[in-house]
Amino acid sequence: MGVLEKVFYSRPGQAVATRAGLPEPPVLRRGTTWPQHQVVLAAHGGSRLAADTLALLGVATGEPVVDDAGGDHAPGYGGRIGALVVDATGIREIAELEWLRAVLRPAVRSLEPSGRVVLIARGPADVAGLEARAVAQALDGIDRTVGKELRKGATANLVQVGQDVTPAALASTLGFLLQGRSAFVDGQTWQVAAADAPATSEPPLAGRVVAVTGAARGIGAAIATVLGRDGATVVAVDVPAAGEGLTATANRVGGSALQLDITAPDAGERIAAHVASRYGGDARLYGIVHNAGITRDKLLANTDAGRWQAVLSVNLAAQLRINDVLLDPAVAGGLAEGGRIVGVSSTSGLAGNRGQTNYAASKAGVAGLVRALAPVVAGRGITVNAVAPGFIETDMTARIPFVQREVFRRTNSLGQGGQPIDVAEAIGYFLDPASAGVTGQVLRVCGQNLVGA
Amino acid sequence: MTSPRTAVVVGGNRIPFARAGGAYAAASNHDLLTAAIDGLVARYGLAGQRVGEVAAGAVLKHTRDFNLTREAVLSSALSPTTPACDLQQACGTGLEAVIYIANKIALGQLDTGIAGGTDSASDAPIAVSDPLRRALLAANAAKTLPARLKALAAIRPGHLAPETPRVVEPRTGLSMGEHQALTTKKWGITRQAQDELAAASHHHLAQAWSNGFFDDLVTPYLGLTRDASLRPDTSVEKLAALRPVFGGPDGTMTAGNSTPLSDGAAVVLLADAGYAASHHLTALARIVDAEVAAVDHPAGDDLLLAPVAAVGRMLARQGLTLADFDLYEIHEAFAATVLAAQAAWRDDDYCRGVGLTGALGEIDPARLNVTGSSLAAGHPFAATGARIVATLAKLLAERGTGARGLVSICAAGGQGVVAILEAV
Repeated sequence: MGVLEKVFYSRPGQAVATRAGLPEPPVLRRGTTWPQHQVVLAAHGGSRLAADTLALLGVATGEPVVDDAGGDHAPGYGGRIGALVVDATGIREIAELEWLRAVLRPAVRSLEPSGRVVLIARGPADVAGLEARAVAQALDGIDRTVGKELRKGATANLVQVGQDVTPAALASTLGFLLQGRSAFVDGQTWQVAAADAPATSEPPLAGRVVAVTGAARGIGAAIATVLGRDGATVVAVDVPAAGEGLTATANRVGGSALQLDITAPDAGERIAAHVASRYGGDARLYGIVHNAGITRDKLLANTDAGRWQAVLSVNLAAQLRINDVLLDPAVAGGLAEGGRIVGVSSTSGLAGNRGQTNYAASKAGVAGLVRALAPVVAGRGITVNAVAPGFIETDMTARIPFVQREVFRRTNSLGQGGQPIDVAEAIGYFLDPASAGVTGQVLRVCGQNLVGA
Repeated sequence: MTSPRTAVVVGGNRIPFARAGGAYAAASNHDLLTAAIDGLVARYGLAGQRVGEVAAGAVLKHTRDFNLTREAVLSSALSPTTPACDLQQACGTGLEAVIYIANKIALGQLDTGIAGGTDSASDAPIAVSDPLRRALLAANAAKTLPARLKALAAIRPGHLAPETPRVVEPRTGLSMGEHQALTTKKWGITRQAQDELAAASHHHLAQAWSNGFFDDLVTPYLGLTRDASLRPDTSVEKLAALRPVFGGPDGTMTAGNSTPLSDGAAVVLLADAGYAASHHLTALARIVDAEVAAVDHPAGDDLLLAPVAAVGRMLARQGLTLADFDLYEIHEAFAATVLAAQAAWRDDDYCRGVGLTGALGEIDPARLNVTGSSLAAGHPFAATGARIVATLAKLLAERGTGARGLVSICAAGGQGVVAILEAV
């Protein structure tokens, strides 16, 4: 920690910082915790989707306070509420957005710290007519703006549900959003499609083998920890040189370690062989998390072929090759039918980032891969998704100069950097067998960073 | 000889071997052995599980290490209900531990076991001198202050110098290198042959590292990711430039063709073949047989040639000849040790002299220490046996069912420990 940083985080330094508009950020609610206060449900036009989903999750709900008058002063809840779940699946007209305003206005002022606003609606592709499509997009704008206005760690997110989505298919998503697991997911919109989803179970990954690359430290180690908590048997993969940290990760979660350079031509075969050898000849991999990644930052003007090649090879080409092998049903220890592939993209990839052309190429490529592969394997019940972390507090980001780092970590709606576990939780959500209807999605875990979409 | 059950090598793990005073200078034997066990546990997904027994040891031991292996198990990710014992047979410790566990498995006393060893030349026990120890004991026993002061007054400055352990044979006063120098001269082992063997050891080990051979045999520790003694770019020419350190000014043994003092630890996972098959543990090779032998070095025998008789007796029992092996792993205490052992196996008179029926013959140098050995990897005394067994088991498994390998390790006290492995 540099001198400047020490001064900043000292008691007098913090007092000055708070007056200068840099207050100490709120501590976010994390883990498998539910909101402390009541979850309020507002359903438009008698839709039962959200109500039935919350019932599946065992979440009791309260009635919304509605700002019918719409005047200068809105009615209040007279206390805190934990979350507002809005079932807007029936909304098609601009005039109906007034109902949304009327239920949101009282709620946003009453949300507890780390409270939740969850909007559930149809996506533009799932409604007919110009106005309905415009309205579907309008909801996205409302979501993003509410995310920016909420304070004290509260978040807003929009889930676009397909036509035949059942409560069972929506349950894992709504559970993730209400729980502390989604702490650093804010202002996002993603889709849940109809699927034959099993009921949510606890622990969700019991008896399932999941491989995590780059598991020796940082975000990868956090992923292994979360998956271990969720009952998975973790195969922790990292380069041989990282073996010491990898050993610690594997032993901490009761998994196994595989020292492997994922850019090796036979990396996919070796992962499959490890699964078949450790967990039985008929064992199959349930999921793979392609977390391993490197940076070789330079302005494009200074980027040589070596830096270009290394980043694209580790961050993108390797997972294409590994997926090819694991998706072959003939390979012992390959991916199971109904399995899960999760990539790690980055907001740098989605938005671009100075000095990271190679990295942005690889991470945007991951997003492209996810969208392209998801429909190809959908028939086998395999889902393909990615998380796109924003600023996460890791050894890697700790090397960014202090002032620049402080700017990065604060330029989002939650006023702080995310923790590795925040990324890991989103990955755990994708891996959940109950998330069968979630595929082809790139979910930003960025606290609604100002950078990017 | 048939056993009721078959002990197989499932795999192994070691930490990279460091030079004494290097990367592991601040680590103890306990730390090194724990790291080696933890890496094995991670590789085979054994965290929290009870293994039948862990047997390991160290040659250079502190008094605090009276229960070294059990304490390492308690520090490791294994279940605390895993029992352990310490074994010690000088440089044969690691292999003797493998034999001990394999025998228990064959007898049905264990389903699984871990065998290995550790040594730290950096953390060697340093003792106080005898006069200082006597004075301190007397002062402690004294009942009055004057008596105590009187006892302490017996201490002289010279008594305060610590006694560092020397690797010497108690009965001859000669170091191991000095002993080997006598053998080297007697058997006419040339400097050229020794340097060629040393260079080959480095080149083979370097090749194995760059091929990724050690990806599932070694786990980095304290930032060290490769064996620190390894010199991939060494050559016979470079080695020829070194001055002799044993055998006087015209000696042939140098720092380049003798093993460096090292820190490290290695362990092997063993199991009953049936148990391994039903518990998703892939067997690499079975332990076919083992033998120990000793020579009368105080009477002038070659200190490090006990493996000659040990191998001969074991081959006779198995109905095998020295040529019947796909691979040979002969521990490189010194390059000259490996060469002298081969010369002795070729020597009819010598072999008869140690009770064998005649010369054992030649071994194919192309099958010897094919991924390097102690000269390049280093030699933390008690760790070497487990390093060799894990390496050989993997090499044999790569060659296919029935591939056979010979392990030969010489040890202080004029002892030799040898074993046969066969790919399953």
